[in-house]
Formats: sequence, structure tokens, C-alpha cells
Amino acid sequence: MSKKLWAAVLLGFLMIGGRAIAAEDTIKVGILHSLSGTMAISETTLKDAMLMFIEEQNKKGGLLGKKIEAVVVDPASDWPLFAEKARDLLTTQKVSAVFGCWTSVSRKSVLPVFEGENGLLFYPVQYEGEESSRNVIYTGASPNQQAIPAVDYLMNDLKAQRFVLAGTDYVFPRTANKILEAYLLAKGVAKADIMVNYTPFGHSDWQSIIADIKKFGATGKKTAIISTINGDANVPFYKELANQGIKASSIPVMAFSVGEEELSGIDTKPLVGHLAAWNYFESVDTQANKDFIKKWQAFTKNPKRVTNDPMEAHYIGFNLWVQAVEKAKSTKVDDVLKAIVGLSVPNLTGGKATLLPNHHITKPVLIGEIQDDGQFQIVWQTPKEVPGDAWSDYLPESKDLEADWTPPINCGNYNKVTKKCGGAATK
Amino acid sequence: MLRERVFNTSTRLFTSCTAAFAAVIAFCALMPEASAVHLNNHVVSLLGKYLCFALLALSIDLVWGYLGILSLGHGAFFGMGGYVMGMYLMREIGNRGMYANAELPDFMVFLNWKELPWYWTGSDSFPFVCLLIVAVPGLAAFVFGLPAFRSRVSGVYLSIITQAMTFALMLAFFRNEMGFGGNNGLTDFKSLLGADIHSQGMVVTLFALSALALIMAYLVCRVITTSRLGRVFIAVRDAESRARFIGYRVEYVKLAAFVLSACIAGIGGALYVPQVGIINPGVFSPLFSVEMVVCVALGGRGRLYGAVIGALAVNFIKTWFTTAFPDIWLFFLGALFVLVTLFLPEGLAGLPTALRRRLQGKTP
Amino acid sequence: MMNLRRLCLVFLLVFLPGDALAVGEPASRIVLSPEIVESLRSARVMDRAAAIESLGNAPSDQAFTLLKALQEGALYVSRDNNELLVLDENAKSGEFVISGETIPVTDKDGLRKVGTSNSQRERISSLLSARMLRHPDANLRRRAVAGLLSDAGRIGAQDKPLLLALLQKETDEDIRQNLALALALLAASDAAAAPDELIGAAALLRDNALPGATQALEKLKSSEHAGVAAAAGEALEHKKIVAEWAAMLETLFFGLSLGSVLILTSIGLAVTFGVMGVINMAHGELIMLGSYTVWGLQQVFPGQPGLALVLSIPAAFIVSGGMGMVLERLVIRHLYGRPLETLLATFGISLILQQMVRTLISPMNRAVESPDFMSGMWRLTSSISLTCNRVYILCFCLAVFALIYAVMHKTRLGLEVRAVTQNRAIARAMGVNSARVDAMTFALGSGVAGMAGVALSQLTNVGPNLGQSYIVDSFMVVVFGGVGNLWGTLSGGLILGLANKFLEPFSGTMLAKIILLAGLILFMQARPRGLFPERGRAAEN
Repeated sequence: MSKKLWAAVLLGFLMIGGRAIAAEDTIKVGILHSLSGTMAISETTLKDAMLMFIEEQNKKGGLLGKKIEAVVVDPASDWPLFAEKARDLLTTQKVSAVFGCWTSVSRKSVLPVFEGENGLLFYPVQYEGEESSRNVIYTGASPNQQAIPAVDYLMNDLKAQRFVLAGTDYVFPRTANKILEAYLLAKGVAKADIMVNYTPFGHSDWQSIIADIKKFGATGKKTAIISTINGDANVPFYKELANQGIKASSIPVMAFSVGEEELSGIDTKPLVGHLAAWNYFESVDTQANKDFIKKWQAFTKNPKRVTNDPMEAHYIGFNLWVQAVEKAKSTKVDDVLKAIVGLSVPNLTGGKATLLPNHHITKPVLIGEIQDDGQFQIVWQTPKEVPGDAWSDYLPESKDLEADWTPPINCGNYNKVTKKCGGAATK
Repeated sequence: MLRERVFNTSTRLFTSCTAAFAAVIAFCALMPEASAVHLNNHVVSLLGKYLCFALLALSIDLVWGYLGILSLGHGAFFGMGGYVMGMYLMREIGNRGMYANAELPDFMVFLNWKELPWYWTGSDSFPFVCLLIVAVPGLAAFVFGLPAFRSRVSGVYLSIITQAMTFALMLAFFRNEMGFGGNNGLTDFKSLLGADIHSQGMVVTLFALSALALIMAYLVCRVITTSRLGRVFIAVRDAESRARFIGYRVEYVKLAAFVLSACIAGIGGALYVPQVGIINPGVFSPLFSVEMVVCVALGGRGRLYGAVIGALAVNFIKTWFTTAFPDIWLFFLGALFVLVTLFLPEGLAGLPTALRRRLQGKTP
Repeated sequence: MMNLRRLCLVFLLVFLPGDALAVGEPASRIVLSPEIVESLRSARVMDRAAAIESLGNAPSDQAFTLLKALQEGALYVSRDNNELLVLDENAKSGEFVISGETIPVTDKDGLRKVGTSNSQRERISSLLSARMLRHPDANLRRRAVAGLLSDAGRIGAQDKPLLLALLQKETDEDIRQNLALALALLAASDAAAAPDELIGAAALLRDNALPGATQALEKLKSSEHAGVAAAAGEALEHKKIVAEWAAMLETLFFGLSLGSVLILTSIGLAVTFGVMGVINMAHGELIMLGSYTVWGLQQVFPGQPGLALVLSIPAAFIVSGGMGMVLERLVIRHLYGRPLETLLATFGISLILQQMVRTLISPMNRAVESPDFMSGMWRLTSSISLTCNRVYILCFCLAVFALIYAVMHKTRLGLEVRAVTQNRAIARAMGVNSARVDAMTFALGSGVAGMAGVALSQLTNVGPNLGQSYIVDSFMVVVFGGVGNLWGTLSGGLILGLANKFLEPFSGTMLAKIILLAGLILFMQARPRGLFPERGRAAEN
């Protein structure tokens, strides 16, 4: 009897293998964002955004005369499953490009797959840097496009002298804080004026930490919190902050992971005046952005739906890819990669995003203050776009490294001093 | 004697089916790419991954199905085996890492560590690592189990403290100071024993090894459960106090099974890592362990092949549904769990019996 | 409708040099230069700086009102005629800055707020402070002095005569005290101050928890005058002891509060799992449903978060309890006697409920408002304050516990539940309808989980993952306390909460939790049936 079962299971397995033979003439694009599990909160929006971009492109007549077909999968916030789904998209579904991932670990998990199968991934979230892969286009901010300008703002405009670096214990906060600490020390801030604190994912009881921060801030010197607290831990963090009476006027918080989407899940009245640094805000006053918001709200049939920074990153990434495909007249990864470096597309903040040889893009840096309607009011911005830096100049082990995916260097971790390409990144 | 005892119909069926299945897959994988039956590396390592989960499910079934110990923390042993293997693979990268440091893995360079922590000693020697893959989970199970079984922690109390154990390990491994790569875990492996880890030969070998390990572990479990000791297992499960009064040292019986089960889980983890390409603290999450227990229950507890069927079925469904119905697949999976509990008390493995009964007009 | 006169005025204001104005305007109205008007109207916050400076230096009353409005966010630009107007406190009417005309305001859709940044607001308050300190309105004076004290860097030696003069005129006791404090702070950094004055300052600073007080005292301690040094030393010592006590009490409160959250989330489980023996993996999702009830009711009663919150206590009980009843009838009823299989079924249910919320409501978190009475601090002494919401939740937790305890021990249902738990067969033989009791008990446990969700909505995310983050902890609390014993759950939750908070200062958040879990494992290995071992269906095997 169980023989039949086995046969059924085997048949099922072969089915996945056999699905590779799809004859329709479309260009397939993979969307690799978690739709369930802990990260669904953030990533579902990006899936919807991608579907909108693709629909729009198809209305314009598609690409190279073909329709674009979205292949949506759910890696369920499970990191090994990300690798499995990536491999499935590349080898079985044969997609031309993949837009996806949010957390660092999910990117790290799929990286060997994209390099091994020669795929193309557009990664839309601000991240820790220290990486440049031939097969990944980083459309989110690297630390120099977010953290450093934000600290400059705190020091120059808010005259902050003491800093609390509070983060969730994973690689993005670790790197950001390491870079910031080096930067602050170089700017003459004393070691005793920096407090570093790490908490686990989804930390929900902030009472003691906020009380400590309060004590740290009670010396008479202006204190600011630089928060790299991730996702779910933010709501209890801000609630406790408000309840313990810490206002933006006494100890402002500068957050790197809190955007409109996160704020839509918080009652923002007690948070007015706290800050965030991004490369895009929904409140940006340009025609392109207004049209974008209108289209998005129509697409989701929700007049209150907000937009956020990673969405803009996907918008730029998708347009870059479309342009590169049109230029190369091919969807083959090697051709697209050759065509894409140096291309520019308009961003939503009124400037242009240019893809650099290190596979990062140029972005303006904006600093916004939280308003009671859940939006940000832009209080500062860089005069022009800042080029993304893959390897930080403030870390001793990476200051000699650079990434350049154009000949003759063609390397993700090229050592400027020894003139050698390190490791296995060369193909 | 032994052969007759161990190799009953279901065992013969199981081993031959698994072996044949593995052989067919390996054969298809090695066919030229143009061939109609060619299987690409992706499918092969995916199947390999299922087999590793089947090993873990098997190990859970050994203690749950035969001894009544519901461990909600078996993922911890799986993870330990996996991390040991991961450490070896990290050392194999050598100077091919991002920072081109021959001595230290990338994440340590990044954290400004100057030398390897002591517990990474020997992780570059493959034989030693093979020993550790079994020894670490076994020892952990021993240290955890000895006091627990001695003081007669049982039932849900034991379940919850195994859960506490894996939860504590997850939090510990999340800490970057631990020296295991924090949340990102160990990844970006390049080679195993000098051979490219993504090469077809390696993928097929790992798959074949997983199938072999599953068959071997199945037979070991079979030998034990059909021996005298196996009957003591059942006695302990069904009437612990009585077994104790008859004179069996129940705690050592339990301990032995628990340690063996942890070793099997460790092997599963070690084979899992090179096929998946990443190990991170997620394997220590209580949810992962619960999910594996659910696999066992779904397949049918107390029959070793039931656990295997459950693990294969759930993971296959997961793979399939997350692509086919990405937005609503959890409804299907959840409903499946509920329906199986309600209508197939013996799990999927009990399906044939249930059907036969139904055909004979008896209500189940 | 465009008022012609206003239009002309706008024209004049924008295009004429500032001092050419004043035609037909009351004397208190000032000259707004076109630069100022433009900079206030601009959508870019960065453009505001110049206007703030020039308004700050203008002596007129209107400049003062305008800056105050700007600081408080009451200055708006009308979208249809691009004119500035100041809203009154209730935002019911607005006064046009230039014409002085007042119009009723129904909604703010037609208005755009004139935004400012933190640093600009700070600049405004320092520009205004001199005027506010002299303002006839005591409330404004009080705020100004408090502002001075909160930012010690703002006061300098040159302010001393002003502060002294103010102190002499001041009648309000509060303000007098704060002025004296400000003077004391000044004295501490004044090299020329007399010893008597300094000793007085030390005494004042001794009993105050001001940010800069400790620094000032430390400065005084190193004074050459022995009396001053001694007084400052004693004051510092006193401060240290007070701070230690305050920290201790604070930690105690944090521990109790964390404990209360743990108890709330696990007490429902203590009923379904502890008493009935159902390994209810869907417990977390029942909590989640409770939180979503709060959100739902807040949509029904917009603008009344307090009412919605209070109403949602019974509503959440009904929603989650009802869901529990349905689950019991449909699924769990078939699984009695097979407790471990309830794990499988309820795990499936938890997946379904999570995905249901994602599909029907949203995969994102929902914003639940906190009513005013739940926010802010409750001040006990100058150095100890408790957060209101935590105090309420602590009380709520005790109330829920008392309720459950009363139901289980004082009602017929409770009696029947205990009877069925102890011996189902005999209870049935005595005429207890065990099926009904099971359904009621499960509904009760689920309903209480829903009530816990109401409390959690005030502390954390309301989203599909809410339940997942509490389920493991809840099981641990119930098992630690002893399955089947409500007192065990209460003390278990409190002990775990307190232990966690007392460990945290020494070990950090991550390690505290790990140590706690290790401790829990060791404890269970020593006492295999938890704190309060009791017999029950689940404890039998």
C-alpha cells in the first residue's frame, strides 16, 4: 500500500523537475519576497509594488515586444527556503531577473545561488555594505548614503554631544554602529559619550533600556539616540519612549529602519519630531512622486496606502533593468550586466539614479521628522546625490578595498594597495 | 534470526524503495543535460534536503513514538551537527573569502577578532569534524538528559524544557559574540574536501550519502526497536512506573535512546548544511522543532517509516505550495494538519489501514 | 471666494518693502517683510531659518504670537489663497495673520501646516524665553523657566541680573523655586560667588533631580572653601543613595510589570493547557484576535480611543472566547484522550488564523491608539516615576487573575471543571455534562487570552505575528508554575519577570534571557513538576 504513496511522492518530485519546459513567449521576472512569517510585514508591500511596475510596463507594450510575466514565490521568512526558492526561480522557472530579499541573512543565503547559477538579483533595502557581487544590483543605501549624513545632521544641526547607538543584534546594526563609532571618535566625541546597546530580534520589553538611556542623557549634554532597531521591536520601543516621557526635544531618535510603512502601524502622536534618515520619503514634493503615489493607491485600491523607501529602490531597480534590457536587446544576464553599468534613470525625489561600476547607485540623503499623520517632514537633504560605497572607508579591514565590475578590474573586492582581486569573487 | 526480526514487510519495502528512489534520482542527475530525464542540481539537492529532514523526523519518532518522550527541541541537535559541519566548511574557504584572510572566516575579520576562538580548534580536520558531528549532539543530549531523566522529568514538563533548551541556544547563537556568525550564521561555502560544493558530482554524492544515512539510521532504529531493549521502550512508554518496579532502570533506557536520537539528528544536520548552503540560528527556533514534531505526527507516530513519510510530505508540500499558491498556502497546510488529526489518527502511514477498514465496512 | 481687500494686502506685503506698510492696520500688527512671508510659506522647512531669526529680533507682540504659533505647530497656510493663518487652541477657528480676519475651521484638509524642525523649535524657544519669562501669563512663565532648567547650557553668567530681578517680582511659588534653582546652577559655575550663597545652592541642588545638578555639585565639591566642599559632598552622597534606591525600586517595578505581562499572556493557557491538558499552539493567535478587537473598535469609535479600549475588554473576551468555543466544538472535542495530537491540530489552526488575518485585514501592523489616561508618567517622588500604562496593566492583570480564580473556585462551572479534571468518568456519573464543561472551559481560557491581547495592544505591535512572539514564554510560565495550578502561574510569571529585570543590568538583555532559560531548565530538573505540583489531567502521565 505504501508503495503507491511512494510512487505518488516520486511523481510529484519529477513534476517539479518537468515544469522547466514552458514554451510561452514571455519574459519572466522573479519576485522573492516573504509573504508569510515574520518578514511578511515589510516584504508583502514590495511584492505588490513589483506587480504594479510590471503591469504598467506591460500596458506600455512590454519589453522587446514581449509581455513580462511575474513569478511570485513565498520564501516564508525562512532563510534556507530563500536559497531554495532562488534556485527554483533561476533553474526551473528560468527567470531573467529576480527582485527580492529584505534581511541581510536572506541576501547572504541566496548570494551563492545567484553567483553559481549566474542570475541577476535587485536588492532594494538599505544594508551594511561590505559586499559587492557581480550578480547583485544594490538599489538600497549603503552606510555612507544613510548613516554618516544622519550623524552629521545630529552633530551640526541638533548640537548633539552624547550618542546612544541602539540596535538589534545582527549584521546591519553591528556594521552601522562600528562605522559610526569610528566616525564619532574621529570627530572628537569621547568614548564615554557613546553608549552602545544591542537587543534580540522582536525585543518587546524596553523598560530598563529606556531608563538607562534616560540616565545617560541626564548629564546636561545634548543626547541623541541613533537607532538601528529592526522591524517589530520598534513599536514597543517608541511606545515605551513616549510613556517614559522622552520627547524629541529632549532626546531625539534618529532611526535607520523606520519608514512610512512602519509608522502606519504606530500611533505617531507621541513620536512627533523624532527623526529618520532615508533616500526617499512619501512627502517628497515632486510631480513624479505625486503621480507615483496616485498610481500606487489606485493599484492597491486603498487611498490610505503609504509608499516607502524600499519601494522607490525597486522602482529605480526595475527601470534600470528595463533600460538595460532595451539597450542590450537581450535578457541574458551577461548582456544585461554589460549594458546596465552607467545607466541613469530618474528617481522620485527629482534627481537621477546612476548605476555605478560597484553595482550600487547614487542616491540623495534625506532626513525627516515624524509628523502626527504618520508622514515625515523633510528637514534636511544633501544638495546632490551621494554615490554608494560598497566598502566603508571607516573600517580598517575594508578601507583599501573597492568594487569595480567594469574591465579591466572586474572584481568585487579589489585591493587598491596590493592591486589584487581578493578571494573567489572573480569569474 | 536478526534478519527476520528486523526485515519485516514494511522495512523491506522502505529500504528497497528508498534505495531505488535514490538510485533513480542519482542516475537521472548524471544523465547528460539534453536528456529528457535529466534532473538538475537544484532538484537533487532539494531532495537531499528532504532526506535530511526525514533523518531528523526519524530521530524524533524514535524517542516520541517508542518512548513517549515528546521532544520539542530536537532542532537543537540537528543544528549542532549542522554548525559543526558549517565550521569545517568555513575553514575550507581559506583565503577565498571577502577579506582574503586565510586564517579567519569573514565574519570574524569583520568583528575585529585576531585569532580563532578555542572552540574552533580542529575544525579544519575532516575526520575530527566527522567525530564531532555525532559527539557534540550526543554529549549535549547526555548532559541535558541525565539529570532530567534521573529526577523523572516527564510528559509536558520535559517537552517544555527541551523547548527552553533550544530557545536558549537560539538566543545564544544570535549573539555575535558567540563566534558563530550571529544571525547571518555560516554561509558562502566553497568546497568540501577540496571539491567544489556546487559541482554536479558533489551534489549527487551528498544526496546519495543522505539517502544512505537515512537507510542506515532506519535500520539501526529498526534493530533497536525490535530487540529486547525495544520492548522495554514500549513498556516504559505505556507504563513507566510498572517498568521501574519490575526493575528496569528507566532513566538509563530513556537516556540511551535520547542520546542515540540526538546523534541521528546531528548527522541529519551535518548533511543538510552543505546541500542548503547556509546554517543560521533559525534551526534552533522552537517553531522549527515544533514543525518537525508535526511532521512526525502527520506521517504517523510510532512507525519509523511514518516519520519519514511525514517529513517528506510536509516539505514537499511546502516547496510546491509556496510557488503554486504563494498567498494562501498556509491555509492549505493548516487545514491539512487539522484534517489529518481528525480523520487519520494514525497519520498518513495509517491511511492504507484506514482505507482497508473503510472498505470492509467498519468505521475507523 | 476671494476677499478683495485681502488680496490687495497680500500684494502689498509681498511686493512692497516692509516699512511701507501699516496702512489701515492696528498698531499691534507688524511689518512682515516679503522675505519673511515667503520663507514662512515655503514647503521646505530648510527655508524657515531666516524668518525665525528676524521675527525673533522684532520687538512686536505679533512677532511673538507668530513665533509661538510656529513653535506649537499652529501656523498654517491656506491652500486656496496661500495665506498664513494661526489656529486657536481647539483648532476650531483660525485668524489670518495679515488681515487679522477670523474664520471658522471645520477640517484641516484645506490647510497646510507650516513645519519646523527640532533645531528651529529650539531656536524659537531660546528667542522667546526672555519675553516669556516676563510674560503676564503664569503658565507661559512656568514653561519658560522649566525650559531653562532642562537645558542647562542655555543659562550663562550674563543672565544672573535678569533672573534675580524676576525672582523678586515673581509671586507663583513653583516658578520661584525653579528660578532659585536656576540661580543655584549659575552660582555653582560662578567663580566669584560667596561661600554662603554656594552652600545654599548645594542645599537646593541636593534635593533636585535636575540633569545638570550632579555636575554642578561636583564642581562645588572641588571648591577651596571647606564648608562648601563638605556641603556639596554631603549632597552628592545623598543623591547617590537616592539614586540607588530609585534604581532598585524602578527595577522592582519593571520586573513586576514584565511579570504581569507574562501572567496575562499565560493565564488563558493555564486554563486550556493547565487544566484541560490541551497543548494549545493557537493560544498566541487567540491573544492576537484580542488585540485586533481593540483595533477594530477604534475604527468604529474614531476619536475615542479610551472608550474603544474599555469596550474592547468584554468584546475581546467574546471574540476570542467565541473562537475558542468554535474550535473546541469543531476540532478539539474529537481529540480528548489524545492530548499530544491537539498539538498537531492547534498548530494547524494557528497557521490558518495567522494567514486569515494577513489575507482579510493586512499583512502589516495596525496602529492602535493609546488613550490619554494610558500615556505618560505617574510621578511618585522627584526621582521615581512609573509609566501609567504599565501600572494599569499590572492592575488589569491582578483583576483578570482574581476573576479567573473566582470562576474556578466560587462558581458551579469551576466546581464542575475541577471535577472533570480530577476524574472525568466519576464526574459524568455524578451528572456533570462533561462536553458542556469542556466547551465552557476552553471558551473561558480563550476569552482570557483575548483580554490579554487588549493589554498587549497598548505595549506592542498589533500584527499577524503577535501571537508567535508570546507562545513560547507562555508555555514556560505555565509549566514553571506547575501545570494545573493558577497560583503557580501567578507566582511563576512574577518570578520570571523579576528575575529577568534584576539580571538585565548585570548581563545585558540577551544574556539575561539565556541565563533565565538555563536557570529554568535546572530548576525543572530539580523539581520536575514545577513550583506548585498539582494533579491534573496533564500531570497524570
